[in-house]
Amino acid sequence: MSIKPLIGQPISRLEGHLKVTGAAKYAGEYNVSDLLYGYVVNSTITKGKIISMNTDEVKKIPGIVEIFTHENRPSLAWFDMQYSDMDAPPGSPFRPLHKPDIKYNGQPIALIVAETFELARYAASILKAEYQTEAFKTDLEANLGEGRKPQPGLATMLKPPPPKDKGDIDLALSAAAFTSKGTFTHGTEHHNPLELFATTTVYEGKGKVTIYDKTQGTVNCQLYVGNVFGLHFKDVRVISPYVGGGFGSGLRPQYQLFLSVMVALELKRNVRVTLDRSQMFTFGHRPPTIQKTKFGSDINGKITALYHEATAETSLYEDYTETVVNWAPMIYPSPNSKMEYNLVPLDVFTPIDMRAPGGSTGLHAIESTIDDLAHQAKIDPIQFRLLNYAERDESVNRPFSSKELKQCFIQGAEKFGWDKRNPEPRSMRNGNKLVGYGMATGAWESMILPARAEAILTTEGKLIVKSAVTDIGTGTLTVMSQIAADELGLPLDQVTFEYGDSKMPFAPIQGGSFTVSTVGSAIKAAGKALRKKLLKIAQHIPHSAFKGLEIEDVVFQDGYIRLKLDPSKEIAFTALIHANKGKVIRTKNFNVPNLLKLKKHSRAAHSAAFVEVEVDEELGVINVTRAVTAVAAGKIINPKTARSQILGGMVWSISKALREETISDHNFGKYMNQNLGEYHIPVHADIHDLDVIFVEENDEIVNELGSKGIGEIGLVGMPPAIANAIFHATGKRINEFPIHFDKLL
Amino acid sequence: MRTESIQPPPEAKNSETVTLHINGEARTLSVKPWVTLLDALRENLDLTGTKKGCDHGQCGACTVICDGKRILSCLSLAVMKDGAEITTIEGVAPTGDLHPLQKAFIEHDAFQCGYCTPGQICSAIGMFKEGKAHTEAEVKELMSGNLCRCGANTNIINAIMEVKNGGNYE
Repeated sequence: MSIKPLIGQPISRLEGHLKVTGAAKYAGEYNVSDLLYGYVVNSTITKGKIISMNTDEVKKIPGIVEIFTHENRPSLAWFDMQYSDMDAPPGSPFRPLHKPDIKYNGQPIALIVAETFELARYAASILKAEYQTEAFKTDLEANLGEGRKPQPGLATMLKPPPPKDKGDIDLALSAAAFTSKGTFTHGTEHHNPLELFATTTVYEGKGKVTIYDKTQGTVNCQLYVGNVFGLHFKDVRVISPYVGGGFGSGLRPQYQLFLSVMVALELKRNVRVTLDRSQMFTFGHRPPTIQKTKFGSDINGKITALYHEATAETSLYEDYTETVVNWAPMIYPSPNSKMEYNLVPLDVFTPIDMRAPGGSTGLHAIESTIDDLAHQAKIDPIQFRLLNYAERDESVNRPFSSKELKQCFIQGAEKFGWDKRNPEPRSMRNGNKLVGYGMATGAWESMILPARAEAILTTEGKLIVKSAVTDIGTGTLTVMSQIAADELGLPLDQVTFEYGDSKMPFAPIQGGSFTVSTVGSAIKAAGKALRKKLLKIAQHIPHSAFKGLEIEDVVFQDGYIRLKLDPSKEIAFTALIHANKGKVIRTKNFNVPNLLKLKKHSRAAHSAAFVEVEVDEELGVINVTRAVTAVAAGKIINPKTARSQILGGMVWSISKALREETISDHNFGKYMNQNLGEYHIPVHADIHDLDVIFVEENDEIVNELGSKGIGEIGLVGMPPAIANAIFHATGKRINEFPIHFDKLL
Repeated sequence: MRTESIQPPPEAKNSETVTLHINGEARTLSVKPWVTLLDALRENLDLTGTKKGCDHGQCGACTVICDGKRILSCLSLAVMKDGAEITTIEGVAPTGDLHPLQKAFIEHDAFQCGYCTPGQICSAIGMFKEGKAHTEAEVKELMSGNLCRCGANTNIINAIMEVKNGGNYE
């Protein structure tokens, strides 16, 4: 019988049938009985205090059940720590309806609870507040001078501060043969997953709730609700198997969760709170960031100086940070380097991680500056990067656990046809279109967190594996099932992965490209423990052929344990169940990564992105006609779903470089395009030929799977590759994202 | 602060009885005039396969087929569709099987989170019926009212083109 491993197979998504038939239920789709509807009212001012609201009048409308504001919000937890969550930055987390004070434009100020959705929405439209306003600041550019160092906190564990200065940056820059400097401006972006944030809370009686929530962390929300509302954790169950996109927006418990649970507990009723699309712009975003670079090289193109500085927005109540400026010295060895990262607190909601946070911001500045340096030195951009290739991570003086970036350059360039590039800007044409080829490097740190998993051999000899982790569309259900099946040598149809439920064993939030690493490793640990347990039971059977054998002496295949040396000696899993008095056999394991061991190496996925753009010479219209991304991310568990992850990152790259931005009117302190008509993301007609290559990469350090994670890496290298291609096409270097046609005219 | 007492608008008051022929089944329901077809499907009839992504006709997630044409159910009131034949994602396939587009979407991994998927599939079925899309460029253009935030665009278009070229989409 075949024992072809499932890891590495391009298996179609296991939940595919449910998703294409509309049977997969999302958080706002559980139509439980006697459901109340909540609709949020948001502040129309940016800073100040609520003086009064016409709640008494609005409440008189038949069908309105209750209106919650700061005035009648129940008394809840007192301390900041109780409102904190797994992704909370240092500071004092936002508390919905806590006080009359307004901290940002769009802050929830009331929740209407009604018998129907339409009535709740109508009442929300006529509920008016009178405010006392105060002066506010929302403009990063106008307040750049107020930049300061971020407060340290737990979050800095995953987001290290900039590395130490090396050498003498000023001297090195003045002595450099070639120098390039740039100012890179990024605006606010909002995640805008297509599913609206929603929470359906079922009141189970006696302080017990079952919550269907749109989130990237069921346990994170369970702990938050327990802490804030003073409930026993066992009485709070958060269920979220299908999540209509997250991209970071669901990493923290959002305010609709708080409001929904509050109503359920206060009214002892089932309730759903769904945000509308404009409200999707009121709870966290990618922060605007302004970066300055100054890089220098010697006459041969060898880099001698790296200076990278970033100033980003945060709120007045939390210090949200990203890893923006740490990348250059990791990718390019330089004897002189200086990196700085500062925050400007403004009257906005705290930013939150958005796909490839920090990396997709910082690498744009780094890789466009490198492109310019290569152009000045008259060296091909790939050659320039090979000339300055880091064989080890000089920024922290550690070897890489693995790094096949060179192969990304070679294979990507060949697939793309880089050799057809004329190095001269404005030299290539297609009719009235200027054609440009650009490339860039991408990097994303491979992280791992502790997680628990349970493995159960059922009475039919099948395997059930459990974790609280969600599947935000990344393919988690499918890849975890593949990993689990290989652990016991079972075919996929004998394996069930149960997930998306806080009742399951602990998993951290799903983000940062660390889910396969984290939950996959926990499943491997549980699988290993279960194999040992099964062997032990086999050994206790009278006249067992397995007596005295070690786990290495047997194989697990198709529902049997077999002797490696004599496969005819076998025992069926079902016989083991029989020996276990007909009871299931289970193991539960907590996988804690060995940080001391891991810290001896720098661990990162790498990529090389290649882009062709066509720019209409008269109109400046930019079109990404072709792109190739070559990725080195260790073992690819499922090439089909992994390819989709990278394709998604590539579409996001086109969006970031050319389309999406949240536009503010700083006179009002308000976002002005809070809808999908005016918040532009690419449509089908904007997306053309995209190709993905996974380069072979063996890594025995990152985790037992050798898999580095691929959620972000597709979005790190390609945005600068687009900017570099536009430079090659037009001779104009535009450092402000998104690049619109008017900037080329 | 206004002092006059607030009254609910007339559209909140009287329910009307409408019959919708949904996926081949006559469904009679009592709805207020301000209920959209989308909310009637999702909230009154528990047909949650039709998705709400914007409620403004900007994302395409709520696309259903009404009297043979693809429409945005968030921009229609339920009372406007009395007597209409409506096909939602739950009804696009013959019983017990999948529509060729549904199969192609799975095979091409034409979705990640799956939230835009029902709208993409219903929209593609409607587009086929319109008979205007011949080339891939035309398909892309005519499918551009359906947003996908996961970035599955190329897989979606490949799935649609495969079914279109196979000619088995009726």
